Amino acid sequence: MAKDDNGGADNTAADSSSVARVEQSTGTSVVTRSAVGNPGFPPHRSRVTDLDPKADRNAERTVYTLFYLSIAGSIFAIAAYMAFPIVPEDMGSVRLNNLFIGVGLTLALFGLGIGAVHWAKALMYAHEGIDERHPVRGTDVVRARAVEIFQQANEESGFGRRTLIRNSLFGALIAFPLPAVVLFRGLGPQDQDPVALLKTTLWEKGTRLTMDPTGVPIKASDVTLGSSFHVIPEGLIDLGHESKLAEKAKSAVLLMRLKPEDLIETAERASWSYDGIVAYSKICTHVGCPVALYEQQTHHLLCPCHQSQFDVTNQCEVIFGPAKRALPQLPIAVDAEGYLIAQSDFTEPVGPSFWERS
Amino acid sequence: MNPASKARKGRKAGRRHPLASVALIAIGLLFTGGAYAAFSTTTASAESDANSQQTIDDGEKLFAANCATCHGLSAQGSGDGPSLIGVGAASVDFQVGTGRMPLQMQGPQALKKPVQFTEEQTAALAAYVASLAPGPAIPEGEVLDGEGDAAVGAELFRINCAMCHNVAGAGGALTEGKFAPSLADVSAVHVYEAMVTGPQNMPVFNDMNISPENKRDIITYLKYIEDNPSPGGLAIGSLGPVAEGLFIWIFGLGAIVALTVWITAKSN
Amino acid sequence: MTSVSTREPTEVKKSGGFTASAANYIDERTSVSGAVKELGRKIFPDHWSFLLGEVALFSFVIILLSGSFLTFFFDASMAEVHYDGSYAPLKGIAMSAAMQSTMDISFDIRGGLLMRQVHHWAALLFVAAIGLHMLRVFFTGAFRKPREINWVIGFVLFILAMAEGFTGYSLPDDLLSGNGLRIIDGLIKGIPVIGTWFSFLLFGGEFPGTAIVGRLYSLHILLLPAIIVALIAMHLLFVVVHKHTQYPSAGHTNKNVVGYPILPVYAAKAGGFFFIVFGVVMLIASFVTINPIWNYGPYDPSPVSAGTQPDWYIGFADGAMRLVPPGWEFVWLNHTYSMNILVVLGVVGLFIVTVMIYPFIEAWITGDKREHHVLDRPRNAPTRTAIGAAGVTFYASLWAAASSDIMATHFHLTMEGVIHTLQATTILGPFLAFYITKRVCLALMKKDREIVLHGYESGRIVRLPGGEYVEVHQQVDDFERWKLVSYNDQKPLMLRPNANGKITVPEQVRAGLSRWFFEDRIAPVDQVELDQAHGAHHTEIEGSADKPAQISDK
Repeated sequence: MAKDDNGGADNTAADSSSVARVEQSTGTSVVTRSAVGNPGFPPHRSRVTDLDPKADRNAERTVYTLFYLSIAGSIFAIAAYMAFPIVPEDMGSVRLNNLFIGVGLTLALFGLGIGAVHWAKALMYAHEGIDERHPVRGTDVVRARAVEIFQQANEESGFGRRTLIRNSLFGALIAFPLPAVVLFRGLGPQDQDPVALLKTTLWEKGTRLTMDPTGVPIKASDVTLGSSFHVIPEGLIDLGHESKLAEKAKSAVLLMRLKPEDLIETAERASWSYDGIVAYSKICTHVGCPVALYEQQTHHLLCPCHQSQFDVTNQCEVIFGPAKRALPQLPIAVDAEGYLIAQSDFTEPVGPSFWERS
Repeated sequence: MNPASKARKGRKAGRRHPLASVALIAIGLLFTGGAYAAFSTTTASAESDANSQQTIDDGEKLFAANCATCHGLSAQGSGDGPSLIGVGAASVDFQVGTGRMPLQMQGPQALKKPVQFTEEQTAALAAYVASLAPGPAIPEGEVLDGEGDAAVGAELFRINCAMCHNVAGAGGALTEGKFAPSLADVSAVHVYEAMVTGPQNMPVFNDMNISPENKRDIITYLKYIEDNPSPGGLAIGSLGPVAEGLFIWIFGLGAIVALTVWITAKSN
Repeated sequence: MTSVSTREPTEVKKSGGFTASAANYIDERTSVSGAVKELGRKIFPDHWSFLLGEVALFSFVIILLSGSFLTFFFDASMAEVHYDGSYAPLKGIAMSAAMQSTMDISFDIRGGLLMRQVHHWAALLFVAAIGLHMLRVFFTGAFRKPREINWVIGFVLFILAMAEGFTGYSLPDDLLSGNGLRIIDGLIKGIPVIGTWFSFLLFGGEFPGTAIVGRLYSLHILLLPAIIVALIAMHLLFVVVHKHTQYPSAGHTNKNVVGYPILPVYAAKAGGFFFIVFGVVMLIASFVTINPIWNYGPYDPSPVSAGTQPDWYIGFADGAMRLVPPGWEFVWLNHTYSMNILVVLGVVGLFIVTVMIYPFIEAWITGDKREHHVLDRPRNAPTRTAIGAAGVTFYASLWAAASSDIMATHFHLTMEGVIHTLQATTILGPFLAFYITKRVCLALMKKDREIVLHGYESGRIVRLPGGEYVEVHQQVDDFERWKLVSYNDQKPLMLRPNANGKITVPEQVRAGLSRWFFEDRIAPVDQVELDQAHGAHHTEIEGSADKPAQISDK
């Protein structure tokens, strides 16, 4: 019923291969002689367009109409490009520009695509063809010749015989990429040690707590009950761009005021807060997202990335989520003018854990 | 289905509508208008002392009838509700004016509901609570006009608000079933009141933290994103990659799979 | 008459003349006629599920086209600038040049936003289409010999596609992608011994540094696409070498391939399909916003947005991180072991490596060394299908966990409840899915047997001459029956001593796995059973010889 590439002769699906095949293990497959036989192809069913010239003409008309529509779409897109310019500062014009160029292109693409597929489905010769498969492996003759070529090459080069040459070649090939490893050291600054950098921040004794992003210092009296301030160290905003972000990534702090009686503080940390005002690192001890979702009634801090939760009343210990360590606390005090200052840097590295941390 | 969630559903479907931007502007205008109307009544009533005392008395009666069960007869608070002494008129206007109070039932947090009181009644309640002790007053004037600096507002919004409310004000989850609500369609006065009073678990942003001028900027930014629908087309809830991923699987790949079926189906 | 006859040949010669001489010109310089002879009439079977790989390929082409446009405007620099473009709420804000150029593409170049949205939507579609294509290949057993290596190539493409996606997601240097990189930084730092230095070198100093966008850009537009293009070429070359698989159907055998020739039908369909896929992406890009970086603003280590998530294809890894219970970290010998990160890397790594090597595992268990070109219907390989369902459930649980906060707000649940539920489904779900899927497959196989032997219930009741009422069963025809009986049947491995008279441990493992795979096998109906069943029908109903294999009773 269908034509085969090789001879053009009709061919049923039942196996007619004359190609020699290699017997391969069937493993645990059950091969039975009494299996039901393949009935061959079902009879061909003609399409409306094969039988009815009118349907054929209709399909033809549909196809070229779609192609013309596509042309119209392309022209529409060009016209839209000109008719809907972007007016500076007018977001509505961006929206229209996006929309109408896009609609024109969509029409152009759908016209082309649907037209071509419809042509193939309704009008092109609709009989299925058959290709014969051959084993993927080369024939025995070809494989024997390939082996022979390798043997000949080995013979002519002495690759297997001259072992010293061969082994030194392998050695050279292994050694050759090694310099690249050294070269990649240059990806980071040569004169810095990341471990030391991770253990310090901009905070030091006397650094004022200032507001993010303005850098205005904060007085203790500004921090009323229930409020939370997003804090950066004094002087951060004057840094150059590169160090500004890197330092901010370590030194961002959240400042909150609770009722002093709500705070549970260990003896050594009793002096780290000021009249119920506490400052904690904003950088999650899990993988470093900013933990800034402060609930002023439950005193929970939530990280929006992986939902770790910290209890502000209990020194920011973890109460839920994948983080393990409490958020580091910044010891704070008040200076003579009433501004909040740091007593020292954080007493432990902030942010995600790392191998050399402790 | 309770009315609050119904309203939310309706809004979500509406936002996808092509005319959503027009409708949004109309709603925005309507709300701002309503808010202005609210102030003018309160300022008017504050003008006369006699009126004011009358209002406070009305408020006390309303309070005793509707609020005292939880907040105590003299607003001193009880196991079921916090003390309202010193919370100010702004707090009452926000809680009652958005329908959060009176509370329908105890839950993780008070939900926005259809408002239970008329504007006069809300004003009377606010006046009564304000008379107990000084607290934040209901804001008015140019801080609400949305004519500030949107860029400053956007930056402050990202730093102080976006972690809970999402960068586009679409809202987000908090612990134990609480959530930061969407800020779409929230009036300027309520946004301002929320910042100064810190309703439920929201922190307080006093004027030393975010100055009135900066609060005006934040309101300006929120107004900007409400007035300017996304230039890229439908915002699918401004929820970020989750919504985008669902969209491409369901509508993108879904449509394409349907088309593959058509392409490979035998023609009639 | 004469004028017509003289004009006709010249016209033919004219039109054919140019094409013929052009073809001749090219062939004499390229030998292209050989390729046309080999490939032009190559048969490609027609089934919707065979087009899923094409969706991936076409998405990739769309990504290349739109991405090339974007490179003309994008500035992969983290130098600080103050935004002065069209978008009012960012005016004067400090940001990187990368972010500013992305903003300019969006708001100051006509069609720029459209190209950005086409690029990003096509990227999401690319990975999704690869995923669906892999599921099709898995559930139909198309990875069996000789296609195991092509499965691995495809798998590597899937990984590279995710890498392309992540590097691209990070380029605009906005708040969302910056927090994504922050998470990557935290992940890397959690790796023992090398983590700290690896992060330091990757970011060119302390996080975030000023190097990462430029470095990811090199990967994103040069290295990764080059490898992807090379692997796609290999992937397709192997499709040509192996010829496409086909579903079991009457006339389809392991030694033929039935379908339409590349020229013209398949070329028209596939070519048209490219434009259709492009059209769908364009339609979505015209109407739906993706990655509104103007909302997120520039990266700054202090702010974050509620609902910070990666693009969908990284979601399963992000979700896995969310599901870790508290406390999985310890200090030992003065070093920090971040098990909350390492367990995630380990589990996710093991999962994807298992996906990669699955074809080899199954081949080892069955010991079947034959080529398989006729696909399995999923039900006819119950254990494999059940394993796939378990894997999908596992992946889906992790994936869902990445949106735990969105689920909590949108379905009024507690975030903690969602996480605990997903912890349970991640561990228990796969077992449940395995069991249910396997039972469903076996039940469907039994139903198939029933239909082959006794036909469909037609709903027509007839009264036999003896007064008995029976329902007439409609027999399936030969072609339909072939689909139901022509599957590859496997039985559990019998342990036999090897040449040295020993039973080795690997063989015992293999036998155990084989038993687990095939112990509930349901054999296909063979000719003997079929004849018996039909024989019985024929004797029971008189006169049914008029309509052979049409009507019978049970």
